[in-house]
Amino acid sequence: MLIKKPSDIPTREITPEGAYLNRRTFMRAGIVAGTVLATGWTYEKLNGRSDSVTATQQPPVLKDFVAAPVAPTTATGTTAPTTNAVAQVDPNLTNGFRTVEAQTPFANITNYNNFYEFSTGKESVAYAARNFVAAPWTVAIEGLVRKPKVFDLDELLKISPPEERVYRMRCVEGWSMVIPWAGMSLSKLLDRVEPLSGAKYVAFQTLVDPARMPNQRHQVLKWPYVEGLRMDEAMHPLAILASGLYGRQLPPQNGAPLRLVVPWKYGFKGIKSIVKIQLLAEKPPTTWNDFGADEYGFYANVNPLVDHPRWSQATELRIGDLKKRETLMFNGYAEQVASLYAGMDLRANF
Amino acid sequence: MKDARFAKFVVLVNSLVPLAMLGYDASQHRLGANPVEYLIRTTGMLALVFLILSLAITPARKISGWNSFSHFRKMLGLCAFFYGLLHFSSYFIFDRSLSLKSTWDDTFARPFILLGMTALLVMVPLALTSTNGMIKRLGAARWKKLHRLAYVAGAAGAIHYFLLVKADTGQPLAFSAVLILLLGYRLANAYLPALRRKPVIAR
Repeated sequence: MLIKKPSDIPTREITPEGAYLNRRTFMRAGIVAGTVLATGWTYEKLNGRSDSVTATQQPPVLKDFVAAPVAPTTATGTTAPTTNAVAQVDPNLTNGFRTVEAQTPFANITNYNNFYEFSTGKESVAYAARNFVAAPWTVAIEGLVRKPKVFDLDELLKISPPEERVYRMRCVEGWSMVIPWAGMSLSKLLDRVEPLSGAKYVAFQTLVDPARMPNQRHQVLKWPYVEGLRMDEAMHPLAILASGLYGRQLPPQNGAPLRLVVPWKYGFKGIKSIVKIQLLAEKPPTTWNDFGADEYGFYANVNPLVDHPRWSQATELRIGDLKKRETLMFNGYAEQVASLYAGMDLRANF
Repeated sequence: MKDARFAKFVVLVNSLVPLAMLGYDASQHRLGANPVEYLIRTTGMLALVFLILSLAITPARKISGWNSFSHFRKMLGLCAFFYGLLHFSSYFIFDRSLSLKSTWDDTFARPFILLGMTALLVMVPLALTSTNGMIKRLGAARWKKLHRLAYVAGAAGAIHYFLLVKADTGQPLAFSAVLILLLGYRLANAYLPALRRKPVIAR
């Protein structure tokens, strides 16, 4: 009978116990490290973080821009409260042109954007738009005007040098910013083309170019993005065409090279990268209203009393704060614009 | 068995990876322009992911025949509850400013909040009865029946997410599709006898 004894295995081939345990420990450490890396990668991916890189690049300084005298800023970059003396001499505080509230930092304004043409992730837009070149650029102005014209961007910007407008911006989602825009009153451009008396509405259109605006390959919304204002709204001095912010050219993610800013309305009315403006007799279709007419009205005036069907509009989170604040009627511009809507039922015309 | 303990350890460590990354990002001020929204969105997404993972365990076990999968189910379910609690807490602290009344009002004013609350509350009894002792006390059959509520939590959570987004419904729809697949597998398994694994009879 042949019974193999353990000693049949040559001693040199037996792995010493210590080495065996070491190899096992080593493999286990490898498994832990590998799975942790994979989990971390998945986490970043699901968060949309892996394709968002904070844009730190500063766009070129805006031509002909003269910053308005601003209230002194503190070391942290927040605007110090102005004295009553300043408030009395500065007419910009009564016409709403420049709020003295703390301005939202440049990094936040340029890295938290709703611009679905590039991405539906607010923190992914800056990265998705990094290669967007807004030149050459033309803006066609047509419809019920005496002098229709296709403006070259530079020519359009020369109509009036950019002025500083520090506006509150309230997004329909419930957050807000204070943005130092540079731009000109829309009325100055409209005056130039001489609207006909039949013109009751102004319609705006964003560029359609899926090669440059990659998310236009997906029909998240109907492209082109379109917006509209009533003629009297468009002629209001607070309504501007912005070409810059913080004294620099508008970055792509904020609507380069030219966007609408209507500070008493929800942010989605501020159509970006405008290529066409039409003056019309009838109310034009608008993108979000088409998407959900019960949720997004044509007027879209900021109104804390009329809730979005799915969430309250009574409060907002100012970017940079941790606590919400009350939302103001017409975003705090009631004094300047409430008369535009006198006698209108703002609940029906939301 | 030592390997099972190690596998559990690996799952636990990985379950805590998102929490660690979230904490690290917060300490480095890397939560973006709106840290509150980031925190609420991320914890909610994690709750949903872990809920789906815990619901995937049984199908994965049956299909692969690898029974040790079941060791992870309790841990993944508890993680879903834990991230759900974090999600609710960040909403309660920051969005509702710690006001019970405003939380109550908001719950009944907004259907999607009500659905989220439902998902979380449904998970409470599941978390409380997750111990082996509770399984024994309830009896396996009753315990199993009770824990089918996990599907209610999953469905409520997915609809809650769907109702929140403005236009890009891709991610909530993907979560819903996976949930429907998992639920569909279970229903098919229960009602289509042909799909059931036939017991192998030893000769």
